[in-house]
Amino acid sequence: MIGDQPSTLLDKIWNNHLVHADPGAPDLLYVDLHLLHEVTSAQAFDGLKVAGRTVRRPDLCVATVDHNIPTTDRSLPVLDSIARRQMEVLRENAQSHGIRLFDVDDERQGIVHVIGPELGLTRPGMVIVCGDSHTSTHGAFGALSFGIGTSEVEHVLATQCIPQRRPKAMEIRLEGDRPPGISAKDLILAVIGEIGVSGAVGHVVEYTGPVVGSLSMEERMTICNMSIEAGARAGMISPDPTTFEYLRDREFGPNSEEFVNLKMEWESLKTDDGATFDRSIMMDVSDLEPQVTWGTNPGMVTEISGSVPDPCRIKDEKARDSAERALEYMGLQPGTPMESINVDRVFVGSCTNGRLEDLREVARVLDGRRVHTDVHAMVVPGSTAVRRQAESEGLDRIFREAGFEWREAGCSMCIGMNPDTLSAGERCASTTNRNFEGRQGRGGRTHLVSPATAAATAVAGRLADPRSC
Amino acid sequence: MEPFRVHTGVVAPLDRADIDTDQIIPKQFLKSVDRDGYGDFLFHDWRKEEGGSTNPEFVLNKEPYRGASILLAGRNFGCGSSREHAAWALRDFGFRAILAPSFADIFRENADQNGLAALSLEEDVVRELLARAYSEAPLSLTVDLEERTIADSDALLASFEIDDFRQMCLLEGLDRIGLTLRQAEAISSFEQQRWPNRSEVPPKSF
Repeated sequence: MIGDQPSTLLDKIWNNHLVHADPGAPDLLYVDLHLLHEVTSAQAFDGLKVAGRTVRRPDLCVATVDHNIPTTDRSLPVLDSIARRQMEVLRENAQSHGIRLFDVDDERQGIVHVIGPELGLTRPGMVIVCGDSHTSTHGAFGALSFGIGTSEVEHVLATQCIPQRRPKAMEIRLEGDRPPGISAKDLILAVIGEIGVSGAVGHVVEYTGPVVGSLSMEERMTICNMSIEAGARAGMISPDPTTFEYLRDREFGPNSEEFVNLKMEWESLKTDDGATFDRSIMMDVSDLEPQVTWGTNPGMVTEISGSVPDPCRIKDEKARDSAERALEYMGLQPGTPMESINVDRVFVGSCTNGRLEDLREVARVLDGRRVHTDVHAMVVPGSTAVRRQAESEGLDRIFREAGFEWREAGCSMCIGMNPDTLSAGERCASTTNRNFEGRQGRGGRTHLVSPATAAATAVAGRLADPRSC
Repeated sequence: MEPFRVHTGVVAPLDRADIDTDQIIPKQFLKSVDRDGYGDFLFHDWRKEEGGSTNPEFVLNKEPYRGASILLAGRNFGCGSSREHAAWALRDFGFRAILAPSFADIFRENADQNGLAALSLEEDVVRELLARAYSEAPLSLTVDLEERTIADSDALLASFEIDDFRQMCLLEGLDRIGLTLRQAEAISSFEQQRWPNRSEVPPKSF
């Protein structure tokens, strides 16, 4: 409650971070945690230097290298000299400003959105920013967490604040019973398919309802991660006992004494009964099937048992044009059953699906089977900690024996800034978040899927339903 | 930042919806540590053939659009990644304004930060202008931010809405950080209230 008004999680976090409000101007919000990586920070530090400014709160910044580091042998030098330079610049900037950096040889290195939560840096009620659109991931903890551009990175470095117009609040309520074999990835792909890639522009989405409450933290992260693919400013889920349990005994999390007090504070953050949203939509997920994209944005998605749609049947002229262009790029014919589409590559990883539960799911589906002879498959863990834990559970052995490559942690083929890319015309089932043209390599064709579907596909050599494995 | 008040220039039509920042500037060009030099890579995979030669079919490779400074595009322009390189590349190429029915939130902010006017027009207006940009090329338009209008050499064509604060920042070319630093006292007092004892600044293990 704010005063005696039932309020949303968004309202509460906003009010708790309001530094200054001027009529007509955006509100000034305080930032609790600023995550940095090599690709979007160099120009920001440079801007500070040019303007003679300093980093206001280096203690609230954490940096890592993830976007362009190789995922092969880390003891070898980085061959791409421009990428190497970018990593060196981050190192220099972190050092000269006293910012903690989890560098390439650090056991805590990993994709910025994987390590924040696993280290206990991410907490309920925080305002978190990072020069990366998938910062929405941290909203799974009941934080307000969003991606910013490099000028804003500079702004936060200099002031520890960010000017923001208060976004609208949107509720996406997931009702019904989640069918067995339906993953968080399937849920969020179905949501994006329903509301479209600009369906949540200008809004912060809060996911609510019994289905959401039953999700693990890692599943919630997958959901919030892809909020940006529906255009949302951020995605969030009210913190609950599942959240609190996850936060126990994390390296940078609260100690057991602090935990008791913080838990009470966190409990009060959840959206109150009777709070109103600017927009609410409801989806019943009881009949959901595994989802797979057929086009060149995450909203172009269908069921695994479905077929490539016929653009002629799309009424909206713009959507029809987009679908036609997408099918041409993807090399697909209308009416083709999704399960008949052969793939060349399978990629498991990313801030969407590179966490331990995702890897366990892949291992479960593989269950002693072999990757199809025509398929090149790889697993890139989301963090070095995920890699170590997976190895201690013997998952790496299952992957290797099945014919998957087992790599070091990073963003890898989700963005393809390092050597992990698709070649022109190659078709890939990928557990990532974007199937944009060229995203995984120029001319590469991406089908977004869940980890289980990726595993089933790797075995079958074509897009496959993991439930029939 | 260069102020944006009134700008007249040739319009390039790019009639696609949901143009994502991976198309505006592909990832392989994000490794630089500079803010400039991205113009050559703008819409790279559309402008250049696989071998590196120019794609003669792409609008920005054709006369009279080659020197365009106003880009006309479909809805949800700039969706996807937060890379400010997209705004840098558009500016570096020579664009001063992007006109579209709607923009992705982060892209619009990045455009604002670089004096690139990302202005939303009614979908019908955009459709009409797109048709004219093809049929009457070179179509020259004047974007008047102060008056919030779009005009050709003969007449006023449309007006647009913009948040007063955004308009002011673009008109004045304001340094946003400088603006926030005027609230330094409010920031300090917020910190003071939150962490009365600075040694207790959480998360304490940082």
